[in-house]
Amino acid sequence: MNPWLLFALLALGTFGLRFSFIYLSGKIEMPTALQNALQYIPAAALAALVFPALLAPNGNVDFSPQNLRLLAGLGGALAAWKTKNVLWTLITGMVLLWGLQWLLG
Amino acid sequence: MKSDFWSGARAAAPILLGVVPFATIAGMAGVSVGLTPLESVGMSVIVFAGASQLAVFQLMSAQSPWLIMVLTAWVINLRFSMYSAALAPHLQHLPAWKKAPLAYMLSDQAFGISLSRFAVQEPKSPHWFYFGAALAVWTTWQLSATAGALLGSQIDPRWGFDFAFPLSFMALLFGALRNKPTVLAALTGGLTAVAAKSLPYNLGLPLAISAGIAAGLWAESLLRRKEAQ
Repeated sequence: MNPWLLFALLALGTFGLRFSFIYLSGKIEMPTALQNALQYIPAAALAALVFPALLAPNGNVDFSPQNLRLLAGLGGALAAWKTKNVLWTLITGMVLLWGLQWLLG
Repeated sequence: MKSDFWSGARAAAPILLGVVPFATIAGMAGVSVGLTPLESVGMSVIVFAGASQLAVFQLMSAQSPWLIMVLTAWVINLRFSMYSAALAPHLQHLPAWKKAPLAYMLSDQAFGISLSRFAVQEPKSPHWFYFGAALAVWTTWQLSATAGALLGSQIDPRWGFDFAFPLSFMALLFGALRNKPTVLAALTGGLTAVAAKSLPYNLGLPLAISAGIAAGLWAESLLRRKEAQ
């Protein structure tokens, strides 16, 4: 298959998903119950992106101290909680990860 | 108006550090499975959805049929419909021709930055704030993907730059925790995502988000009943 045709098909569905509700809002009245449910998306989605990367970085759940990403991630979480700042969280987490890799690797 | 654009772009700045390695890898991966640099960059511009692009590259190297590639990418990108729903009320007043390019630029990062800001304080023009954040992410993504496609060789994965992604989302996550129901939504979403990690096509993600929403709503109704007593 021509790669450009493939890209077009990929983009079609992806754009449709992105545009769906943004397009519809204002055209149809969104039920209050739905609007209320939407406020939980950021917390749920962000946690769903973060947790597996720390708890199961290699595919399987790993609570052992050999899981350096869990250790570095907990340090990053502390920085995130205290500062709410992305840059400090990034620096803390990456430096911890590299430090642990250097110490234990 | 314009000041909201710049505060959106500024809010995105630290996150761009996490975008660079991922987009570079996406650009390189395209070349490594046999696309020309032009095709690899073209795909990044047209599709602009890194996780699904990487999945397609993996399927390309496994000689999968095109229908599987298309369906896989769509399912991986299901989460965008949820982001779209959360963002929709803030863009509601715009005409469709403005909504379309803003929707095209929707990314995990632009969504996270905007919604965590809107939860604390709605800017005067939320769409300018979102546009600033989304354009910063988009531009960084395309430049990095182009660099990756031209570089072609591999960054040493031992550096673990992919860890920058969960770290940047983590900082946004703590900003999104405003009360007990949102904390419960986050814990449920996170743990469900871990439990459902082995589901195919990244289906664990929409499942985890749905479970998190349900938990948040449940906690909210519980609190309301307690107050009523």
